[in-house]
Amino acid sequence: MCKDCGCGLPGEEPVGVRAHHHEHDHGPPHDHDHDHEDHDHHHSHGPGEHHGHEHSHSHSHPHTHSHAHEHDPAGGDLDESRRTVHVRQAILSKNDRLAERNRGFFQARGLLALNVLSSPGSGKTTFLQETVRSLAKRLKSGLIVGDLATDNDAQRLRASGAPVVQITTGTMCHLEADMIARALKQLPLDGLQLLIIENVGNLVCPAAYDLGEDLRVVLFSVTEGEDKPLKYPPMFQAADVVIISKVDLAEACEFKRDSALANVRHLAPKAKIFETSAKTGQGMPAWLDYLVQEHDQRSLKPCDSSVEL
Amino acid sequence: MHELSIMDNALNLALDQAQKAGATRVYLVRLRIGALSGVVPDALQFAFEALTPGTLAEGAVLDIENIPARFWCSTCAREFQSDDFFAECPGCHEPSGDLRAGREMELASMEIE
Repeated sequence: MCKDCGCGLPGEEPVGVRAHHHEHDHGPPHDHDHDHEDHDHHHSHGPGEHHGHEHSHSHSHPHTHSHAHEHDPAGGDLDESRRTVHVRQAILSKNDRLAERNRGFFQARGLLALNVLSSPGSGKTTFLQETVRSLAKRLKSGLIVGDLATDNDAQRLRASGAPVVQITTGTMCHLEADMIARALKQLPLDGLQLLIIENVGNLVCPAAYDLGEDLRVVLFSVTEGEDKPLKYPPMFQAADVVIISKVDLAEACEFKRDSALANVRHLAPKAKIFETSAKTGQGMPAWLDYLVQEHDQRSLKPCDSSVEL
Repeated sequence: MHELSIMDNALNLALDQAQKAGATRVYLVRLRIGALSGVVPDALQFAFEALTPGTLAEGAVLDIENIPARFWCSTCAREFQSDDFFAECPGCHEPSGDLRAGREMELASMEIE
């Protein structure tokens, strides 16, 4: 079926111009409408008549396109005014567009942007505090922190010396791309190399919202159990990096490490996995090196004027 | 709560398009939802009923088309279908995280007056 007008005809379409031929058999006499952005026409005909009509028109994209072709199977009066509008747009297309804009902005500024996601209480803030503090001499970091209420996390992170912008979402369970764009205006960006976005503590809702990040970092602690990834597959499936935190407590929690790693790898075979303890520092150097490496790979190389295209 | 905000986005998109098409009423809203999109159709239905009163779509029917998930196996160079995130290639039994379809959340079409 033709995706654009739903007329049931296959067909190629030249750019900017669309031509269709419609033929129908009809029973009772009726009016027949086509609504287009730039013209309307009506006609009627008697029972058993065959008719055909052709029309072509040009219009700019994107557009909606509608036809009234309602046929009453009972052969009674037709509902002339009811018509189908084909939209075919991603529900979160607005967010996706704004996220792409953020992504371009990050790229242009040589910023490595992380979207950090976890359940509440997984140790995200402590982990980030330690990350920013330890990286201070290697990468200049800034943070955007999302919470339903309070700026406690922002205050804790500010103690690490990095600039922090708090987004209080009220009742909203996730951050959206336009919130990031607004928060960026409040963040001193000069010389910034790493942007860490601490999302609202939630492993469900934020999965659907792209913020324009380079890396999606999903964190869960050994206290949450090795089957955590299995309980929140959409979140783990979309992870670029998985952090298993609080490994200093693994023994006390009888955390089954092998099973946890297998669960993560099954859902996200390509994700990098780091096992860390912000308290003892275990696993932190590998994570920090990884961030520096990711930043350096992405940042623009100085232009060599001797190179010709 | 997740579905409420997704449905809020979908409905805004639908009402916007309906208005552009000169609609006075929306009879039906058709969504395409991937099996692994993480949203529950029943919860979308509930959200739709909660959000539509007082809009052009009041009393409209919500129709949800489920899109099955398809993964790509790079070892066998083939696509395969699975309704589970634990997708194992039926050929080589290797897990695949390369999702090709199944995360869609799309406003497909509407019936309007």
